[in-house]
Amino acid sequence: MTEKVKIQVPIIADEFAKGHKPEYLFWVGSAGAFDDRYKKVTREFVKILTYLKIDYAVLGVEEADSGDVARRAGNEMLFQMQAMMNIEVMNGYEVKKIITCDPHDFNTLLNEYPNFDGNFEVIHHSQFLQKLIHEKKIRIKSDIFKENKITFHDPCYLGRANDEYKAPRDVLNAIPSVKVEMERHKSRALCCGAGGGQMFKEAEKGDKEIFIERTEEAIATGADIICTACPFCMTMMTDGIKYKNQEERMKNYDIAELVSMSLGL
Amino acid sequence: MTKQIVFAIALLITLGIFGWTMSRVFSYFKLTKPFPVGDWGKRIILMLKVAFFQTKIFRLPFIGLLHALVFWGFLVILFGSVEMIIDGLFETERSLSFLGWCYDFIMAFGDIFALVIAIAIIVFIARRLFGHIKRFSGIEMKHISHYDANIALTIIFLLMISLLGMNTFYILQEPETYKGVFPVSSYIVQLFFMTGNLSPHTIHFWYEFSWWTHILLIFLFANILPYSKHFHVFMSIPNVLLSRLEPLGYLFNMPEITKEVKLMMDPNAAFAEPAAEEEEVGRFGVKDVEDITWKNYLDSLTCTECGRCTSVCPANLTGKLLSPRKIIMDVRARMKEKGPGLTKDKKFDDGKALLMNYITPEELWACTTCNACAQECPVNINHPSIIVDLRRYIVMEESVAPGELNTIFTNIENNGAPWQFSPEDRMLWAEGLEMNEV
Repeated sequence: MTEKVKIQVPIIADEFAKGHKPEYLFWVGSAGAFDDRYKKVTREFVKILTYLKIDYAVLGVEEADSGDVARRAGNEMLFQMQAMMNIEVMNGYEVKKIITCDPHDFNTLLNEYPNFDGNFEVIHHSQFLQKLIHEKKIRIKSDIFKENKITFHDPCYLGRANDEYKAPRDVLNAIPSVKVEMERHKSRALCCGAGGGQMFKEAEKGDKEIFIERTEEAIATGADIICTACPFCMTMMTDGIKYKNQEERMKNYDIAELVSMSLGL
Repeated sequence: MTKQIVFAIALLITLGIFGWTMSRVFSYFKLTKPFPVGDWGKRIILMLKVAFFQTKIFRLPFIGLLHALVFWGFLVILFGSVEMIIDGLFETERSLSFLGWCYDFIMAFGDIFALVIAIAIIVFIARRLFGHIKRFSGIEMKHISHYDANIALTIIFLLMISLLGMNTFYILQEPETYKGVFPVSSYIVQLFFMTGNLSPHTIHFWYEFSWWTHILLIFLFANILPYSKHFHVFMSIPNVLLSRLEPLGYLFNMPEITKEVKLMMDPNAAFAEPAAEEEEVGRFGVKDVEDITWKNYLDSLTCTECGRCTSVCPANLTGKLLSPRKIIMDVRARMKEKGPGLTKDKKFDDGKALLMNYITPEELWACTTCNACAQECPVNINHPSIIVDLRRYIVMEESVAPGELNTIFTNIENNGAPWQFSPEDRMLWAEGLEMNEV
């Protein structure tokens, strides 16, 4: 039985009080903090950060919603209030580099916060993991996924929105396993159906739910793991697996979970 | 001399109508809002890639290649058209042939491309008539759209046939002294006309006939284009040059909102003297065509109705009402309808609007802002930006967002998260967190 080690997640206010400026801010995001399934991803990612002794901290209760959903749902006023508040807090802590597991927040912080004097180097967790693998700080020897067939579902806000298709695939390629692509992938990937505010509302009238269309495509690859890298995609794909009664055969993991499990954390 | 006069009159009529149409179409740009452009170096590279090398059209490789051949062919053949205009005006023949080998090269390629384009057009027409291509149908695709496409394709086909005819009879007319190289037409001469049983008179007649047919069709085509989806022949290169350089995920900022928010968040502002004369605050978001940017309007003029956007839209694929192509076509149609009135009177109101009369909230709320449409558009039209601008009007001016969205707005405002959790609970995920010692 391996020993368990308690993890104390560093809060930036405490670190700052001690005169320590962490290298990275880990932006948890609203889904990462409150969505039950994605909280698990946050925890797994923090395990990786701890394991690698990354100098990081979180904003804790000082973090507020990035405003991404509000903006895309048309509430520019609310978005800008959120953006300005968050930027004021982060600039107060002299934040330079931000890591986040949410591609929507990644996009907003990276591309949209600069309009309000929030200039940060923003890194999506798949990019961060890719970098650590390249630097050989993460070496995956375990072959727990050797028998598994993994398909990666591109998040729109990482892929099309920011042209990042390679990082998550590099990470998956470092995990011994079989990889398969869905018919529509990379820039042609089909949305999970949750962007632009859809996550929080009933879909408009149609003849099918988008997440079902996408899950069917994933099932057609013969994969037994759908790898996602976004909290909204995770909700939709997990629902899709349930809807299609594939829970026995198919699992949905975030890319951070696959790495953390491979490292035995 | 008569030929010269007839030609000059035809050219003047063409330019006159074309100028009149363009001045009308372009006058509506005055009604639109600004859209920033800069970074010309990057833009020119983008234009070379997307427009001249047709990179995005190749996302559908087979039909993309045919389109690219037609486009490149047009560029080469354009040279010959310029020469025809010079010849027509000054009663010269093959006036640019002094360019020597360069001329031979361009003529040879033009001649080959004429055949290639004619074949491509046959494939295009066949696909439209018998191919049952899903993206060629949809609620926005009325009969007129199909006629429009077929008329333009037919004209292009006739243009190519007349060009080949012109070259063929030119060779027959001056078999020893003709200028330029015409591989396809020479072959046609060898195949059909080696018997020499055509009188010089007949040959001359058919040469003149092809020449006039070709140039008059060009004049006609130029004046049909601005009224048709084939306006993209003129507009796509400028539209790509002026398209956004930001990552697709970026939404344009609303500086007028920033002003308001800064006032709200500034504790001193509440007690400050109100500004003596408040400038008139415009509408937030887009309700009608006077609220769009000139780039939105340019996008709408450029749209070729190819439907690649709609064919990849997740909402459309799953039977929702939204079709990104329709949004762009609606902008164009509404500007055509309201533009004339607005040009005369800035406050012109016909009791209709882009939002509601053309685009319904049901369409707008089906969008996932996934950007598949913008990614696919061969001429870099940006659909999500106008969709979000219309949502902005619905939410900020009319406050009629779907109920669930209003709930998350309230939650974000009150608890800093879309869900109803206390901000104090933001660190609950970290409680009792432990990992394996490795």
